[in-house]
Amino acid sequence: MLKRTNNIILLFTLSLLLSFINVSAQDASTLAVAETNTEETTDINVKEMIMSHIGDSYEWHFMKWKDKDISIPLPIILHSKESGWNIFLSSELHNPNSKYNQFYIAQEGKHAGKIVEKDSSGAEIAPFDISLTKNATSLVLTSILLIVIVMSVAQFYKRRDSMSTSKGLVGLIEIVVTFIVDEVAKPSIGKEYQRFTPFLLTIFFFILLNNLMGLIPIFPGGANVTGNIAVTLVLALTTFLVVNLTGSKAYYKDIFWPDVPTWLKAPAPIMPLIEIIGTITKPFALMIRLFANITAGHSIVLGLTSVIFVTAKLGAATNGAMTMVAILFGIFIGLLEILVAFIQAYIFTLLSAVFIGLARTPEGETKESVQTIE
Amino acid sequence: MSSSLLTPDTGLLFWMLISFGAVLFILSKFGFPIITKALDKRKKYIDESILAAEMAYKKLEEVKTDSEKIIASAKDEHAHIIKTATQRRDIILEKAKEEAAKEAKHIVEVARKQINQEKEAALSDMRREIALLSVDIAEKVLRKNLKEKDEQMDMISRLVDEINLS
Repeated sequence: MLKRTNNIILLFTLSLLLSFINVSAQDASTLAVAETNTEETTDINVKEMIMSHIGDSYEWHFMKWKDKDISIPLPIILHSKESGWNIFLSSELHNPNSKYNQFYIAQEGKHAGKIVEKDSSGAEIAPFDISLTKNATSLVLTSILLIVIVMSVAQFYKRRDSMSTSKGLVGLIEIVVTFIVDEVAKPSIGKEYQRFTPFLLTIFFFILLNNLMGLIPIFPGGANVTGNIAVTLVLALTTFLVVNLTGSKAYYKDIFWPDVPTWLKAPAPIMPLIEIIGTITKPFALMIRLFANITAGHSIVLGLTSVIFVTAKLGAATNGAMTMVAILFGIFIGLLEILVAFIQAYIFTLLSAVFIGLARTPEGETKESVQTIE
Repeated sequence: MSSSLLTPDTGLLFWMLISFGAVLFILSKFGFPIITKALDKRKKYIDESILAAEMAYKKLEEVKTDSEKIIASAKDEHAHIIKTATQRRDIILEKAKEEAAKEAKHIVEVARKQINQEKEAALSDMRREIALLSVDIAEKVLRKNLKEKDEQMDMISRLVDEINLS
């Protein structure tokens, strides 16, 4: 069991090291482009490189090899008011100036970076865009992977006598499941915690796997999925729904008719308003926390790698020294990011469990007593 | 796509809703309940096994103390039996000795009596024998003395005298 976990840790460390080689290559290509494109300005646009990496893109770019981009074309799915559904590959729009039908990628303005078309009056409008972008593809692949992993573990328990010992992947999942159930769900929710364990386990494994996939630089990983606000929004929204749809009577009474002097709630519902805002800020904090942590992690790794290229023109000695510093710090941050991947998944799950627990306070109990857990 | 990082993108939102919805549905319906149930079952099984083992251990201890008790009582019994046996043996021995002494005494007495009787018999036999012998002797003496006629007459007269006298 231990040996297997060690293997997995080793695998991640290795992939992190690989990430450096890969990111370096990618950056080198980006920077090379920057230099050829803007001969007169030797400034390297680190910000744009990082932003484009942590953002989304229509194709899955690997690197630039001898002036040729190597990338996986991804399907673009659009619904335009004028031409209806349009499905084509992103390779059609690879060059910044190319067009497919009337669609092209806007270079500036409100819709910069998105596929747009021109309406009859000549204004740029964005069609309804549900393209399988880099993040979406990574998301779908990771979801399939997660389903495969968990279902295979479930199959193990279905097929085998549950009294037999488990090892390997099953053992690993089992440890995490036991941890979430015993250390997160049980103490935070209290009785009837079993109702919520499937939900908590799903969000934990979903966030964890997406975080970890984001740390793997090569193809199925590397996308900044959990560092995307749309993804964390849906996760937080799910928690919001679970919390508020399973709340107890006391929970709703506390929101709409809390124990405060009547003038605070009677003609003008000041306290109820605050309470309602409170129910929204809780999942909102979850959303921002996960998004910010993962995005920051990706940015730091990219920024450290950029140091190598930014210092390239400062001479061999400086560049060499800075390269060493960047690599050492990069390894440190990479390892930290593995920890963060676990911690963020854990915090999201723990706080969801705590919010569920708070919403299920039985009559007569003050929620302050439970709130201290937070 | 360098639009603001904080603006959720509709396309990704759509795919996230679909994929996370699918994951949540499948895993919370067919995945995790099986795992948690199996883990619960195993936990229960382990708890029960530990309890059963504890009970068995307790029972074993009980049996041990019981057997020790039985052994102790058997030892006691054993000692008691030996003690009573020795006592009885001593009594029997004593009795036997006593009886033997009595018997011996009796035998000696009977023997003495018999000896006495036999002695008496022998003595009376001897006496009779001696009387017969003396009569014989007297006869013989008489016969010798009364060979002559006058002597016989003397004798008769003497005897008559004697009878008369008496």
